[in-house]
Amino acid sequence: MQAAAVELIDAHKRYGHIEAVRGVSLAIHRGDLVAMLGPNGAGKTTSINLMLGLRKPTSGRARLFGLDPADRRARSRCGVMLQESGVPDTLTVRELLELFGSYYPHPMAPERAIALAGLEEQAKQQAGKLSGGQRQRLYFALAVCGDPEVIFFDEPTVGMDVEARRAFLQTIREFGREGKTIVLTTHYLEEADQLAERVIVIDRGLVIADATPAEIKSSVVGKRVSFTTTQPLREGDLTGLRYSRLEIDRDRVRLFTNAPEILLRELFRRGVDVHDLEVVGADLEEAFLALTAEAEKETVA
Amino acid sequence: MSAAASADVAPLGRMLVTQTRFQLLTRLRIPAFSVLSLGLPVMFYALFNAIYGSTKLNGVTGSEFILVSYATYAVANVMVFNFGMGIANERGRKLDLLQRAMPLPPVVAAVAQVVAAMLFALIALLILFAYAFLVGGVRLGAGTWLDLLWRLIIGAFPMIGLGMAIGYGVGANTAPAVVNAVYLPMAFLSGIFFPLRLMPDFLQKIGQTLPTYHYAELGWNVLGPGVADESAVRALLWLAGWAVVLIGLAVRIYRLDESRKFS
Repeated sequence: MQAAAVELIDAHKRYGHIEAVRGVSLAIHRGDLVAMLGPNGAGKTTSINLMLGLRKPTSGRARLFGLDPADRRARSRCGVMLQESGVPDTLTVRELLELFGSYYPHPMAPERAIALAGLEEQAKQQAGKLSGGQRQRLYFALAVCGDPEVIFFDEPTVGMDVEARRAFLQTIREFGREGKTIVLTTHYLEEADQLAERVIVIDRGLVIADATPAEIKSSVVGKRVSFTTTQPLREGDLTGLRYSRLEIDRDRVRLFTNAPEILLRELFRRGVDVHDLEVVGADLEEAFLALTAEAEKETVA
Repeated sequence: MSAAASADVAPLGRMLVTQTRFQLLTRLRIPAFSVLSLGLPVMFYALFNAIYGSTKLNGVTGSEFILVSYATYAVANVMVFNFGMGIANERGRKLDLLQRAMPLPPVVAAVAQVVAAMLFALIALLILFAYAFLVGGVRLGAGTWLDLLWRLIIGAFPMIGLGMAIGYGVGANTAPAVVNAVYLPMAFLSGIFFPLRLMPDFLQKIGQTLPTYHYAELGWNVLGPGVADESAVRALLWLAGWAVVLIGLAVRIYRLDESRKFS
């Protein structure tokens, strides 16, 4: 059988006292479009660094095409867009593509990478003179210029405005149609939803969900119960109720739950003063928060 | 290696050439660096040549002697500033991070750094030699020019080690201060700017241990017997010792930086 494109096998990563990744096992197959989703500090970037061989697991293993990720044969099949990395400011876009292309056995012509990234007009500009969005596009071009089979994008749209983000995702999606394997980290749910066929949710160094975007949404069909109170909530009003998350914004109370009927019955029984009651389905963002809160309860318990 | 295996990875030769070419181009396009490295030596030479050029000592003209002095200064400058400030700056802007994720072996990147610095130094030397030939009226035999050139290259290795140790050891903001604090006294006590024997005894003693001193001595030896204070062999041995110490230090510091970032 062909080895998976990317594989983590019970990977742990510890930095000093902090264990950023606490036993992650996953396999990403060729042609997969995968989003790794999680809040900041969840261990997404560390996971990517393990997959790329930029970091070595404290225990467990990482594999790229069945090889050590630091192996040149494995790296020659990977493209990367990292969060915090620079390129020499004094080289032009075209020159950088020629340089990075030389690292790969079968690079695409610089012009093709430039066209894919939509940087035709900036081809002769020095990298230091590009705008933030153009810079991200340059990093995209550098990630694809070696015509790799698998491409890692670590939070590629950070700092982009809505318009630029949409255009950028479109570019990635088109590239994914060519049968490439794409691994993307993000903390934007809609990004994962738009782009990926599979979403791996990571929180505090653990995989807490691994499914299609639709499954993720349906597995946490949470409802949002919100109401206004005229009197401040008393202590004990909400204890023992089944909800995953609570938000209080002045006199507006929002509760997220899978069992709104039980929760409401209990609230009325306790005589909590409820006005402007609203029960709606939670959106993706809220579903995600509920998911991570659920994992938190389990680890605390 | 089989044909299939060789197609799995890019040829290292092509990679090295491209990496070197763009490394050199990157440096040349930073005005502060190229003006300083290419301009300063020839400026100093022009100044001191105007003052001492026509003096004659041990059958050697001032123009010739000072040319060798500033040739060693030019190369040492390029090495210390190129590696000391250049690498610290690249690390500061995380250029090493993306490069490390590429199928570019770190040793190829390192060799490209050294070759690019050598080429840069060669440009500085050609400018200096051209000025000395045209304005200073220096006429050395073709053999002597070449003899000088290889000595300048061989003797540069301790300075490469020093620059790399600083470049990998300190941050981008502190690198200029550290480079100057370490290198300026070394240049000052080398006898390049003025003869070491004019200095107090203890400074002479210190100066005579420094790699910059032996580098200059190795160069002056080209001009004939009695011009330099020590023999070429003795200078070479000193320089080899310094190269081992400083490159060894650089490798240790490099490994430390690497294990912090990539393990």
